[in-house]
Amino acid sequence: MIYRMGAALMSLVGVFVSAYLYLYKIGRIGALACGSGGCETVQTSAWSRFLGVEVALIGLIGYALLFGAGLVAIRPALARERWPVVLIAVLAAGGVLFTLYLTYLELFVIHAICRWCVGSAVIILSIFILALLALRRPPEPQAA
Amino acid sequence: MAASPVGVNRFYVILGAVAVIGLGLLGYQLLKPATVSIPANVTVQPSDTAGFRGYLKGAEGAPVEITEYADYQCPFCQTFATLQMPTIEERLIKTGRLRWRYRDFPLQQHPYSRIAAHSAACADEQGKFWPQHERIYEGQSDWSDSRKGADIFRRYARELGLDLGRYDACMAAGKYAGRIQASYDEGARAGVSSTPTLLVGGRLYQGRFDSDAITRLVDSLAPRAASAK
Repeated sequence: MIYRMGAALMSLVGVFVSAYLYLYKIGRIGALACGSGGCETVQTSAWSRFLGVEVALIGLIGYALLFGAGLVAIRPALARERWPVVLIAVLAAGGVLFTLYLTYLELFVIHAICRWCVGSAVIILSIFILALLALRRPPEPQAA
Repeated sequence: MAASPVGVNRFYVILGAVAVIGLGLLGYQLLKPATVSIPANVTVQPSDTAGFRGYLKGAEGAPVEITEYADYQCPFCQTFATLQMPTIEERLIKTGRLRWRYRDFPLQQHPYSRIAAHSAACADEQGKFWPQHERIYEGQSDWSDSRKGADIFRRYARELGLDLGRYDACMAAGKYAGRIQASYDEGARAGVSSTPTLLVGGRLYQGRFDSDAITRLVDSLAPRAASAK
C-alpha cells in the first residue's frame, strides 16, 4: 500500500506543478520562479503546445487522472486489486514517454532547460517506478 | 504493510496538508500584487506619439540618417548596441556625418522587451534615455532571464541618478505603452519583421551589421546627400 500512497502523493504534487505552469501560460501569473531562466524560453516557445493544446494543460489533466486513480488505489476495499495500479502504471508510462519527447525538445531543439519541467519529469518517473513496485509486491492480507 | 483504515486515514490527512499547501502557494501566486507590466497591442492615440518619431543621436544637419528598429531583449541587438555602436558613434555620429534614430520594435516572443523599452522611455523624461538605453543593453544577460527585470531597470535608473519618484510613477502608469506600440506599428508598416533592422532613407538596409559596413555606407551616401542640399 505504501507504493500506492506514494504514487497518489506524487500525483498531487504533479497537479500543483502543472497547474502553476498552466496559470503562467494563460497569463495569470506574471513570471515563473525559475533560477536558470530557461523556463521562459521553454514556456514561450512554439513547442509549449502539442497538437494545439498547451503542454501544461496536458500535464494538469494527466496528473489529475493519476491522482484520481491513486485515490481509488488506496481505498482499503481495493487493496488486493491490481487493476487500479495497472491503470496508474499505464497512465504514468504514457507520461514518461511524453516527458522523454519534451526533454528531447528542450535539450536539442529549444536549447533551454526549464527546472519546473525537470521537476515534472522526476515526478512522473517516480510515479511510474512506484506503480511498478506496487505491481511486483504480492497482494496484501485483508485488513482486520 | 497491511493497509489499516487508520493508516489510510492518516495518509488522507497528509494528502490534505499537501493540498492546502499547494493551493496556498498557487493562491499566493494568483493574488500577489502584480509587478509592473506594459500592455501590448494598446490602441494608439494621437497624443501617444505627439510628433515623437524615435530617439535621436547626432547633429540635426548630418548628411545621413539611419533609423534602427530594435528590441532590448534581442541578443543580436545587444551585440550591435554594445560592440558596434560605440565605434559608429565615435566615427560617424560625433563627427557630424550621421544621425541615428532609435525606435522600439518589441518582438512578441520577448516578454521583457516592452518593459525595457518603457523603462528607457521613462528615463527619457528626465533626459537620460541614452544612458538608460545603454545600461539596459549592457545588462541584458542579467535581466533577460530574470523575473526581476522591472527591479533591475529601476536599479539602473537609480544608478543614473534619476528621480525615482517620477520614474516609478511613469512606469506604473504605463505612460508610454501607446508610443511604443506606435513605433512597432510604424516599423511593421515599413517592412520591419526582425531586429535589429536599419532603414536608410526609408529603405531597408540589407548589409552587414558592423561598424565598418556602416561606415562604408555613410561614405557612399554622404557625398550624394551633401550635394543634394
